[in-house]
Amino acid sequence: MELTPWEKVKLARMPIRPTGLDYIELIFEEFIELHGDRLYSEDRAIVGGSAFFDKTPVTIIAQQKGRNTKENIARNFSMPHPEGYRKALRLMKQAEKFHRPVICFIDTPGAFCGIGAEERGQGEAIATNLAQMMMLRTPIISVIISEGGSGGALALGVADRVYMLEHAIYSILSPEGFASILYKDASKAEAAANDMKLTAQDLLQFGVIDGIISEPPGGAHTDYDFIMRQVRDIIRTDLKELMSMPVDEMLEKRYMKFRKFS
Amino acid sequence: MSRNLFKTKKYATSKVYRSRPSELKGTEEEKPIVPQGIMTKCPNCGSVIYTKLLMKNRKICECGYYFKISAYERLAMILDEDSFIETDHQLTTRDPLNFPGYADKLVKTQTETGLIDGLVTGKGTIFGMPTYIGVMDASFFMGSMGTAIGEKLTRMFEKATDERLPVIIYTASGGARMQEGIFSLMQMAKVSAAAAKHSDAGLLYITVLTNPTTGGVTASFAMLGDIILAEPGALIGFAGPRVIEQTIGQKLPEGFQRSEFLLEHGFVDKIVTRDKQKDTLGLLLKLHNKEAKQLSSASLMTEPKPDSEDNADED
Repeated sequence: MELTPWEKVKLARMPIRPTGLDYIELIFEEFIELHGDRLYSEDRAIVGGSAFFDKTPVTIIAQQKGRNTKENIARNFSMPHPEGYRKALRLMKQAEKFHRPVICFIDTPGAFCGIGAEERGQGEAIATNLAQMMMLRTPIISVIISEGGSGGALALGVADRVYMLEHAIYSILSPEGFASILYKDASKAEAAANDMKLTAQDLLQFGVIDGIISEPPGGAHTDYDFIMRQVRDIIRTDLKELMSMPVDEMLEKRYMKFRKFS
Repeated sequence: MSRNLFKTKKYATSKVYRSRPSELKGTEEEKPIVPQGIMTKCPNCGSVIYTKLLMKNRKICECGYYFKISAYERLAMILDEDSFIETDHQLTTRDPLNFPGYADKLVKTQTETGLIDGLVTGKGTIFGMPTYIGVMDASFFMGSMGTAIGEKLTRMFEKATDERLPVIIYTASGGARMQEGIFSLMQMAKVSAAAAKHSDAGLLYITVLTNPTTGGVTASFAMLGDIILAEPGALIGFAGPRVIEQTIGQKLPEGFQRSEFLLEHGFVDKIVTRDKQKDTLGLLLKLHNKEAKQLSSASLMTEPKPDSEDNADED
């Protein structure tokens, strides 16, 4: 299916697309959700916990959009506060302790912009995740399932392997925000989407992601089984590889994966 | 290189400027004192100040207003005279997205500011103690971080890790460089990674947040310092105030996202006025100096050092 970047932006934001919890439910077994950052509160924009993948215990972190207004309000439209990122880091450190791999599902317009988020150090929370994920001594796989917005996405995206669904987007800022900064006109978002190079195809070419997960004709929402099978296969192959790699070698490769962008 | 490359910032740079002294001297000879630079008007209180006096006062107006300060002026203010050796001076961006109009705007800004990009890095000494130092310059694309700044910072951290030296970074940035898109986002991970490795090696990293420090810079290396200092009244935050006001549909309270606000909320270790910064950085370097640790406890007890730092103004 050939789509323009702007069409992909619109598709990626469609509420009928599979969300983080769908992937958790359909790919993993016996998921137990673990709440809270142990510092301030629970952030429902990010779901975290442990489950089995095949027979292997893993830690899962997923940004969660709602399907309707009520759910979206509860999930804050998948825009995490600092406590969401701190919960994610807490669970990742737990994963490190118990030698569990970490699987992240990224789907956010961006980290939340608001008074509380600033008061509680949104910047510090994201920065700490970037630094700590780079040093985490257990494998990390991140999949951008729909929308990968800015530092709010990157804060779960410092991984050994990063994938995008075929019609997902990943960018420095939303096309609307980008247009309002650079073109002084938020309605030029479509032009911005073209200039920004935010499609999976562009980002694979740049080496920002390791692979594209193909979607069924019509998009991921038209065939859940299809998309789950694709994601499961990739996780299975990568985990086998990453879990047999010496940790120091894995960390050096993770460092070089991001070091190369100049 | 353009002849007027350094015309806006030649006053305080010559002392620290070891890497390109001939060029600098040349500029000075060709363009002696420019008459319009003699006096400077304060945008806050409106008073007209003798520029030399303003420089002597570290670009702080009597009303307390902090004038923007260039990277080289900052280095002259912090480092020991003639100690600065610049690294990666020529490093520039390759315009990775081939973004419409960006290449032209880069050249224009380079000519106007005399900078290659919005960051100067290098090695110098503070009271004789060696350190790596990076200073951002908000006059260049709002100090936004693209691949050039990300690469220079990463190289600085890597060199400092190899040489087992501390790193000091003065931040002044609107965030990520939009024109370099996803590559700017990747710099956040890249620089944070280099900082993490430096930290893992047990080395000291200090950030000094100046006006403004926002977006992707706040959400990466600015907030990773072992010690985080800030200049008074600096805007520091993740989202810019206008974006927040648009998102929440209300006006932000006075002082929101200023240094004092961050101190109060626990995200800044200390607010330090410009005139105290060299002393404070010197003290912090001394406190983390390996040789100092080897002093016997006896000598520490018998020799109380006169404290160079004055806390009265903010604590």
